[in-house]
Amino acid sequence: MSTIVLATAPLVFAGCDKTKSKEETTKKAPSFVPPAIAASELRKVSAFDAISDPADRSRAIFLEATRVFLHPRCSNCHPSGDSPLQGNEQRPHDPPVFRGENNHGIAALECTSCHQDHNLELARVPGAPNWHLAPREMAWIGKTPHDLCEQIKDEKRNGGKSLEAIVEHSAHDPLVAWGWNPGPREPAPGTQASFGDLVAAWVKTGAACPDATEKGPLGTKENAR
Amino acid sequence: MTLRLTVNGTEQTLDVDPEMPLLWALRDILGLTGTKFGCGQALCGACTIHLDDEAVRACVTPVKRAEGKRITTIEGLSPDGTHPLQRAWVEHAVPQCGFCQTGQIMSAAALLRKKPHPTDAEIEQSLGGNLCRCGTYLRIREAVKKAAGGQ
Repeated sequence: MSTIVLATAPLVFAGCDKTKSKEETTKKAPSFVPPAIAASELRKVSAFDAISDPADRSRAIFLEATRVFLHPRCSNCHPSGDSPLQGNEQRPHDPPVFRGENNHGIAALECTSCHQDHNLELARVPGAPNWHLAPREMAWIGKTPHDLCEQIKDEKRNGGKSLEAIVEHSAHDPLVAWGWNPGPREPAPGTQASFGDLVAAWVKTGAACPDATEKGPLGTKENAR
Repeated sequence: MTLRLTVNGTEQTLDVDPEMPLLWALRDILGLTGTKFGCGQALCGACTIHLDDEAVRACVTPVKRAEGKRITTIEGLSPDGTHPLQRAWVEHAVPQCGFCQTGQIMSAAALLRKKPHPTDAEIEQSLGGNLCRCGTYLRIREAVKKAAGGQ
Protein backbone atom coordinates (compact mmCIF):
# COMPACT_ATOMS: atom_id res chain seq x y z
CA MET A 1 0.00 0.00 0.00
CA SER A 2 1.32 3.36 -0.96
CA THR A 3 2.00 5.80 1.84
CA ILE A 4 2.71 8.71 -0.43
CA VAL A 5 1.22 11.88 0.93
CA LEU A 6 -0.49 13.91 -1.73
CA ALA A 7 0.81 17.43 -2.05
CA THR A 8 -1.80 19.99 -1.26
CA ALA A 9 -2.37 21.94 -4.40
CA PRO A 10 -4.21 25.19 -3.86
CA LEU A 11 -7.71 25.20 -5.22
CA VAL A 12 -9.02 28.49 -6.46
CA PHE A 13 -12.44 29.20 -5.01
CA ALA A 14 -14.10 32.42 -4.11
CA GLY A 15 -15.59 32.96 -0.71
CA CYS A 16 -13.61 30.49 1.32
CA ASP A 17 -11.59 33.03 3.25
CA LYS A 18 -13.76 35.24 5.44
CA THR A 19 -10.79 37.17 6.86
CA LYS A 20 -9.43 38.54 3.62
CA SER A 21 -8.83 42.27 3.28
CA LYS A 22 -10.44 44.49 0.67
CA GLU A 23 -7.25 44.40 -1.33
CA GLU A 24 -7.27 40.63 -1.28
CA THR A 25 -10.86 40.44 -2.50
CA THR A 26 -9.86 42.30 -5.62
CA LYS A 27 -7.52 39.47 -6.51
CA LYS A 28 -8.81 37.06 -9.06
CA ALA A 29 -9.72 34.52 -6.35
CA PRO A 30 -8.40 33.29 -3.03
CA SER A 31 -7.06 29.77 -2.77
CA PHE A 32 -8.34 26.80 -0.85
CA VAL A 33 -5.69 24.32 0.19
CA PRO A 34 -7.14 20.91 0.98
CA PRO A 35 -5.56 19.04 3.89
CA ALA A 36 -2.74 16.66 3.00
CA ILE A 37 -3.77 13.03 2.81
CA ALA A 38 -2.24 9.66 1.99
CA ALA A 39 -2.79 8.48 -1.58
CA SER A 40 -4.72 5.49 -0.24
CA GLU A 41 -7.21 7.67 1.64
CA LEU A 42 -10.08 9.87 0.60
CA ARG A 43 -10.80 13.27 2.12
CA LYS A 44 -13.99 13.46 4.14
CA VAL A 45 -16.78 15.80 3.14
CA SER A 46 -15.95 17.92 6.20
CA ALA A 47 -12.52 18.66 4.72
CA PHE A 48 -14.32 21.05 2.38
CA ASP A 49 -16.45 22.83 4.99
CA ALA A 50 -14.16 25.86 4.79
CA ILE A 51 -15.46 26.63 1.30
CA SER A 52 -18.48 28.77 2.05
CA ASP A 53 -19.97 28.99 -1.42
CA PRO A 54 -22.01 25.82 -2.01
CA ALA A 55 -21.22 25.67 -5.73
CA ASP A 56 -17.51 26.04 -5.10
CA ARG A 57 -17.74 23.40 -2.36
CA SER A 58 -19.64 21.13 -4.74
CA ARG A 59 -16.93 21.46 -7.38
CA ALA A 60 -14.18 20.74 -4.84
CA ILE A 61 -16.02 17.67 -3.54
CA PHE A 62 -16.47 16.34 -7.07
CA LEU A 63 -12.77 16.80 -7.76
CA GLU A 64 -12.03 14.71 -4.67
CA ALA A 65 -14.44 12.02 -5.90
CA THR A 66 -12.61 11.89 -9.24
CA ARG A 67 -9.74 10.29 -7.33
CA VAL A 68 -12.08 7.28 -7.24
CA PHE A 69 -13.82 7.66 -10.61
CA LEU A 70 -10.50 7.90 -12.45
CA HIS A 71 -8.63 5.35 -10.33
CA PRO A 72 -7.60 2.34 -12.46
CA ARG A 73 -9.74 -0.03 -10.34
CA CYS A 74 -12.77 1.91 -11.52
CA SER A 75 -11.84 3.44 -14.87
CA ASN A 76 -10.24 0.29 -16.35
CA CYS A 77 -13.75 -1.00 -17.02
CA HIS A 78 -14.98 2.40 -18.25
CA PRO A 79 -12.67 2.40 -21.31
CA SER A 80 -12.93 4.76 -24.23
CA GLY A 81 -12.78 1.81 -26.65
CA ASP A 82 -14.33 -1.65 -26.74
CA SER A 83 -11.82 -3.48 -24.54
CA PRO A 84 -11.11 -3.14 -20.82
CA LEU A 85 -7.73 -2.17 -19.42
CA GLN A 86 -5.65 -3.87 -16.76
CA GLY A 87 -3.32 -2.81 -13.99
CA ASN A 88 -2.32 0.59 -12.74
CA GLU A 89 -0.47 0.97 -16.06
CA GLN A 90 -3.86 0.65 -17.78
CA ARG A 91 -2.53 -1.73 -20.40
CA PRO A 92 -4.89 -3.60 -22.77
CA HIS A 93 -6.67 -6.62 -21.26
CA ASP A 94 -4.85 -9.90 -21.82
CA PRO A 95 -6.30 -12.10 -23.27
CA PRO A 96 -7.83 -9.74 -25.83
CA VAL A 97 -11.54 -9.34 -25.06
CA PHE A 98 -14.31 -7.15 -26.43
CA ARG A 99 -17.45 -5.57 -25.02
CA GLY A 100 -19.90 -7.21 -27.42
CA GLU A 101 -23.46 -6.06 -27.98
CA ASN A 102 -24.49 -6.02 -24.32
CA ASN A 103 -21.16 -5.08 -22.66
CA HIS A 104 -20.83 -8.58 -21.21
CA GLY A 105 -18.39 -9.85 -23.84
CA ILE A 106 -18.73 -11.65 -27.16
CA ALA A 107 -19.93 -15.14 -28.09
CA ALA A 108 -17.67 -17.79 -26.50
CA LEU A 109 -15.66 -15.11 -24.72
CA GLU A 110 -18.08 -13.53 -22.28
CA CYS A 111 -16.76 -11.72 -19.21
CA THR A 112 -18.09 -14.57 -17.10
CA SER A 113 -16.24 -17.14 -19.19
CA CYS A 114 -13.40 -16.36 -16.80
CA HIS A 115 -14.59 -13.89 -14.13
CA GLN A 116 -16.57 -15.30 -11.23
CA ASP A 117 -18.74 -13.47 -8.68
CA HIS A 118 -15.75 -13.22 -6.33
CA ASN A 119 -11.99 -12.79 -6.56
CA LEU A 120 -9.99 -15.96 -7.17
CA GLU A 121 -6.96 -15.76 -4.94
CA LEU A 122 -4.85 -18.52 -6.48
CA ALA A 123 -5.59 -17.77 -10.13
CA ARG A 124 -5.50 -13.99 -9.46
CA VAL A 125 -8.61 -13.52 -11.58
CA PRO A 126 -10.69 -10.64 -10.20
CA GLY A 127 -14.41 -11.13 -9.80
CA ALA A 128 -17.60 -9.58 -8.46
CA PRO A 129 -21.32 -9.97 -9.16
CA ASN A 130 -22.41 -8.92 -12.65
CA TRP A 131 -18.84 -8.41 -13.92
CA HIS A 132 -19.06 -6.44 -17.18
CA LEU A 133 -17.89 -3.33 -18.99
CA ALA A 134 -19.56 0.02 -18.58
CA PRO A 135 -21.41 0.96 -21.78
CA ARG A 136 -19.50 2.95 -24.37
CA GLU A 137 -21.30 6.19 -23.49
CA MET A 138 -20.01 5.85 -19.93
CA ALA A 139 -16.35 5.96 -20.96
CA TRP A 140 -14.19 7.67 -18.34
CA ILE A 141 -10.68 7.04 -19.65
CA GLY A 142 -9.16 10.27 -20.93
CA LYS A 143 -11.93 12.49 -19.55
CA THR A 144 -11.21 15.71 -17.66
CA PRO A 145 -13.02 16.15 -14.33
CA HIS A 146 -15.32 18.69 -16.00
CA ASP A 147 -16.28 16.35 -18.84
CA LEU A 148 -16.63 13.41 -16.46
CA CYS A 149 -18.94 15.45 -14.24
CA GLU A 150 -21.17 16.59 -17.08
CA GLN A 151 -21.32 13.01 -18.38
CA ILE A 152 -22.28 11.55 -15.02
CA LYS A 153 -25.14 14.05 -14.70
CA ASP A 154 -26.41 13.38 -18.24
CA GLU A 155 -29.14 10.73 -18.15
CA LYS A 156 -28.43 9.92 -21.79
CA ARG A 157 -24.91 8.92 -20.77
CA ASN A 158 -25.43 7.53 -17.28
CA GLY A 159 -27.90 4.74 -17.88
CA GLY A 160 -30.92 6.94 -17.21
CA LYS A 161 -29.99 7.53 -13.59
CA SER A 162 -31.26 10.42 -11.52
CA LEU A 163 -28.74 12.13 -9.25
CA GLU A 164 -30.24 10.21 -6.34
CA ALA A 165 -29.72 6.97 -8.24
CA ILE A 166 -26.10 7.96 -8.91
CA VAL A 167 -25.60 8.39 -5.16
CA GLU A 168 -27.17 5.01 -4.44
CA HIS A 169 -25.14 3.30 -7.20
CA SER A 170 -21.91 4.84 -5.94
CA ALA A 171 -22.54 3.93 -2.32
CA HIS A 172 -24.01 0.44 -2.60
CA ASP A 173 -23.58 -1.24 -5.99
CA PRO A 174 -21.80 -4.60 -5.51
CA LEU A 175 -19.70 -4.22 -8.66
CA VAL A 176 -18.67 -0.69 -7.65
CA ALA A 177 -17.76 -2.19 -4.26
CA TRP A 178 -15.11 -4.32 -5.94
CA GLY A 179 -13.01 -1.15 -6.33
CA TRP A 180 -12.20 -1.40 -2.63
CA ASN A 181 -11.96 -5.20 -2.59
CA PRO A 182 -9.72 -5.94 -5.57
CA GLY A 183 -7.68 -8.80 -4.17
CA PRO A 184 -3.94 -8.23 -4.52
CA ARG A 185 -4.41 -5.03 -6.55
CA GLU A 186 -4.21 -1.47 -5.19
CA PRO A 187 -7.72 -0.50 -4.08
CA ALA A 188 -9.42 2.77 -4.91
CA PRO A 189 -8.76 5.44 -2.27
CA GLY A 190 -10.83 5.50 0.90
CA THR A 191 -13.88 3.28 1.25
CA GLN A 192 -17.08 2.86 -0.72
CA ALA A 193 -18.88 4.51 2.17
CA SER A 194 -16.63 7.58 2.12
CA PHE A 195 -16.94 7.74 -1.68
CA GLY A 196 -20.71 7.50 -1.34
CA ASP A 197 -20.63 10.35 1.20
CA LEU A 198 -18.69 12.53 -1.25
CA VAL A 199 -21.09 11.85 -4.11
CA ALA A 200 -24.08 12.49 -1.85
CA ALA A 201 -22.53 15.78 -0.66
CA TRP A 202 -21.78 16.77 -4.24
CA VAL A 203 -25.44 16.26 -5.17
CA LYS A 204 -26.65 18.02 -2.03
CA THR A 205 -24.53 21.07 -2.82
CA GLY A 206 -26.00 21.37 -6.29
CA ALA A 207 -23.93 18.87 -8.31
CA ALA A 208 -21.76 21.63 -9.71
CA CYS A 209 -19.06 20.63 -12.17
CA PRO A 210 -15.38 21.63 -11.96
CA ASP A 211 -14.13 24.26 -14.33
CA ALA A 212 -12.88 22.96 -17.65
CA THR A 213 -9.38 24.12 -16.72
CA GLU A 214 -9.17 21.61 -13.87
CA LYS A 215 -6.90 18.88 -15.19
CA GLY A 216 -7.18 16.23 -12.52
CA PRO A 217 -8.09 15.25 -9.00
CA LEU A 218 -6.93 17.31 -6.02
CA GLY A 219 -3.36 16.99 -4.91
CA THR A 220 -2.11 15.24 -8.03
CA LYS A 221 0.47 16.35 -10.53
CA GLU A 222 -2.30 16.83 -13.07
CA ASN A 223 -3.76 19.80 -11.23
CA ALA A 224 -0.55 21.23 -9.80
CA ARG A 225 -0.36 24.93 -10.45
CA MET B 1 -19.60 -30.95 0.53
CA THR B 2 -21.75 -33.15 -1.70
CA LEU B 3 -22.49 -31.65 -5.11
CA ARG B 4 -24.70 -33.05 -7.85
CA LEU B 5 -23.44 -32.35 -11.33
CA THR B 6 -24.75 -33.18 -14.79
CA VAL B 7 -21.75 -33.99 -16.94
CA ASN B 8 -22.30 -34.85 -20.59
CA GLY B 9 -25.86 -35.82 -19.77
CA THR B 10 -24.97 -38.09 -16.85
CA GLU B 11 -25.78 -37.30 -13.20
CA GLN B 12 -22.67 -37.34 -11.02
CA THR B 13 -22.41 -36.97 -7.23
CA LEU B 14 -19.11 -35.59 -5.92
CA ASP B 15 -17.91 -35.02 -2.37
CA VAL B 16 -15.53 -32.10 -2.92
CA ASP B 17 -14.55 -28.65 -1.71
CA PRO B 18 -17.07 -26.34 -3.45
CA GLU B 19 -14.23 -23.97 -4.36
CA MET B 20 -12.29 -26.73 -6.16
CA PRO B 21 -11.70 -25.74 -9.80
CA LEU B 22 -14.18 -27.59 -12.00
CA LEU B 23 -11.23 -28.73 -14.11
CA TRP B 24 -9.86 -30.72 -11.16
CA ALA B 25 -13.21 -32.43 -10.66
CA LEU B 26 -13.51 -33.30 -14.34
CA ARG B 27 -9.99 -34.59 -14.82
CA ASP B 28 -8.92 -36.01 -11.46
CA ILE B 29 -12.21 -37.29 -10.08
CA LEU B 30 -14.33 -38.10 -13.12
CA GLY B 31 -11.41 -39.09 -15.37
CA LEU B 32 -12.47 -36.82 -18.23
CA THR B 33 -8.95 -35.92 -19.33
CA GLY B 34 -9.89 -34.57 -22.74
CA THR B 35 -10.10 -31.11 -21.16
CA LYS B 36 -6.56 -29.83 -20.66
CA PHE B 37 -4.77 -27.88 -17.95
CA GLY B 38 -2.71 -25.10 -19.51
CA CYS B 39 -2.09 -22.01 -17.39
CA GLY B 40 -4.53 -22.31 -14.50
CA GLN B 41 -5.29 -18.58 -14.76
CA ALA B 42 -7.82 -18.36 -17.61
CA LEU B 43 -5.15 -17.01 -19.92
CA CYS B 44 -4.79 -19.80 -22.50
CA GLY B 45 -8.19 -21.41 -23.06
CA ALA B 46 -7.03 -25.04 -22.99
CA CYS B 47 -9.60 -25.91 -20.30
CA THR B 48 -12.65 -24.49 -22.09
CA ILE B 49 -15.88 -26.40 -21.46
CA HIS B 50 -19.57 -25.47 -21.64
CA LEU B 51 -21.88 -24.60 -18.77
CA ASP B 52 -25.41 -24.51 -20.18
CA ASP B 53 -23.92 -23.92 -23.64
CA GLU B 54 -21.76 -20.98 -22.47
CA ALA B 55 -18.00 -21.37 -22.89
CA VAL B 56 -16.19 -21.11 -19.56
CA ARG B 57 -12.65 -21.72 -18.37
CA ALA B 58 -12.86 -24.77 -16.13
CA CYS B 59 -9.55 -23.97 -14.41
CA VAL B 60 -11.02 -20.88 -12.72
CA THR B 61 -14.62 -22.01 -12.35
CA PRO B 62 -15.42 -23.17 -8.81
CA VAL B 63 -17.18 -26.53 -9.03
CA LYS B 64 -20.14 -25.16 -7.06
CA ARG B 65 -20.93 -22.77 -9.95
CA ALA B 66 -21.68 -25.81 -12.12
CA GLU B 67 -24.34 -27.18 -9.78
CA GLY B 68 -27.71 -27.31 -11.53
CA LYS B 69 -26.15 -26.55 -14.90
CA ARG B 70 -25.40 -28.80 -17.87
CA ILE B 71 -21.66 -29.41 -18.14
CA THR B 72 -20.39 -30.37 -21.58
CA THR B 73 -16.81 -31.42 -22.17
CA ILE B 74 -15.12 -32.45 -25.41
CA GLU B 75 -16.12 -36.03 -24.58
CA GLY B 76 -19.76 -35.00 -24.69
CA LEU B 77 -19.73 -32.61 -27.63
CA SER B 78 -21.01 -35.46 -29.83
CA PRO B 79 -21.63 -39.12 -29.03
CA ASP B 80 -19.21 -40.38 -31.65
CA GLY B 81 -16.84 -37.55 -32.52
CA THR B 82 -18.88 -36.41 -35.50
CA HIS B 83 -19.79 -32.89 -34.48
CA PRO B 84 -19.37 -30.70 -37.58
CA LEU B 85 -16.37 -29.03 -35.96
CA GLN B 86 -14.74 -32.38 -35.20
CA ARG B 87 -15.23 -33.51 -38.79
CA ALA B 88 -13.86 -30.23 -40.10
CA TRP B 89 -10.90 -30.52 -37.73
CA VAL B 90 -10.03 -33.91 -39.23
CA GLU B 91 -10.57 -32.75 -42.79
CA HIS B 92 -8.27 -29.75 -42.36
CA ALA B 93 -5.75 -31.68 -40.24
CA VAL B 94 -5.88 -28.82 -37.77
CA PRO B 95 -3.95 -30.14 -34.75
CA GLN B 96 -0.20 -30.15 -34.58
CA CYS B 97 0.75 -31.08 -31.02
CA GLY B 98 -2.96 -31.04 -30.19
CA PHE B 99 -2.83 -29.81 -26.62
CA CYS B 100 -4.94 -26.70 -27.15
CA GLN B 101 -7.39 -28.23 -29.60
CA THR B 102 -10.01 -29.27 -27.07
CA GLY B 103 -10.35 -25.69 -25.93
CA GLN B 104 -10.33 -24.39 -29.49
CA ILE B 105 -13.15 -26.74 -30.51
CA MET B 106 -15.23 -26.03 -27.43
CA SER B 107 -14.90 -22.27 -27.91
CA ALA B 108 -15.74 -22.63 -31.59
CA ALA B 109 -18.80 -24.76 -30.76
CA ALA B 110 -20.07 -22.10 -28.35
CA LEU B 111 -19.47 -19.45 -31.02
CA LEU B 112 -21.35 -21.35 -33.73
CA ARG B 113 -24.30 -21.93 -31.43
CA LYS B 114 -24.73 -18.16 -31.07
CA LYS B 115 -23.44 -17.12 -34.48
CA PRO B 116 -23.94 -19.95 -36.99
CA HIS B 117 -22.17 -18.02 -39.76
CA PRO B 118 -19.42 -15.96 -38.13
CA THR B 119 -17.16 -13.63 -40.06
CA ASP B 120 -13.38 -14.10 -39.97
CA ALA B 121 -13.17 -11.23 -37.49
CA GLU B 122 -15.79 -12.80 -35.24
CA ILE B 123 -13.93 -16.12 -35.28
CA GLU B 124 -10.66 -14.41 -34.42
CA GLN B 125 -12.20 -12.37 -31.61
CA SER B 126 -14.19 -15.22 -30.06
CA LEU B 127 -11.22 -17.57 -30.17
CA GLY B 128 -8.74 -14.83 -29.24
CA GLY B 129 -8.41 -16.24 -25.74
CA ASN B 130 -7.44 -19.70 -26.99
CA LEU B 131 -3.69 -19.87 -27.53
CA CYS B 132 -2.01 -22.33 -29.89
CA ARG B 133 1.74 -22.52 -29.42
CA CYS B 134 2.05 -24.45 -32.69
CA GLY B 135 0.41 -21.59 -34.56
CA THR B 136 -2.41 -23.52 -36.22
CA TYR B 137 -4.64 -20.47 -36.21
CA LEU B 138 -5.16 -20.36 -39.97
CA ARG B 139 -6.28 -23.99 -40.08
CA ILE B 140 -8.50 -23.41 -37.03
CA ARG B 141 -10.22 -20.55 -38.80
CA GLU B 142 -10.71 -22.54 -41.99
CA ALA B 143 -12.13 -25.48 -40.06
CA VAL B 144 -14.57 -23.26 -38.18
CA LYS B 145 -15.74 -21.78 -41.47
CA LYS B 146 -16.09 -25.24 -42.94
CA ALA B 147 -18.17 -26.38 -39.99
CA ALA B 148 -20.29 -23.24 -40.36
CA GLY B 149 -21.18 -24.30 -43.86
CA GLY B 150 -18.85 -22.02 -45.73
CA GLN B 151 -16.21 -23.08 -48.25
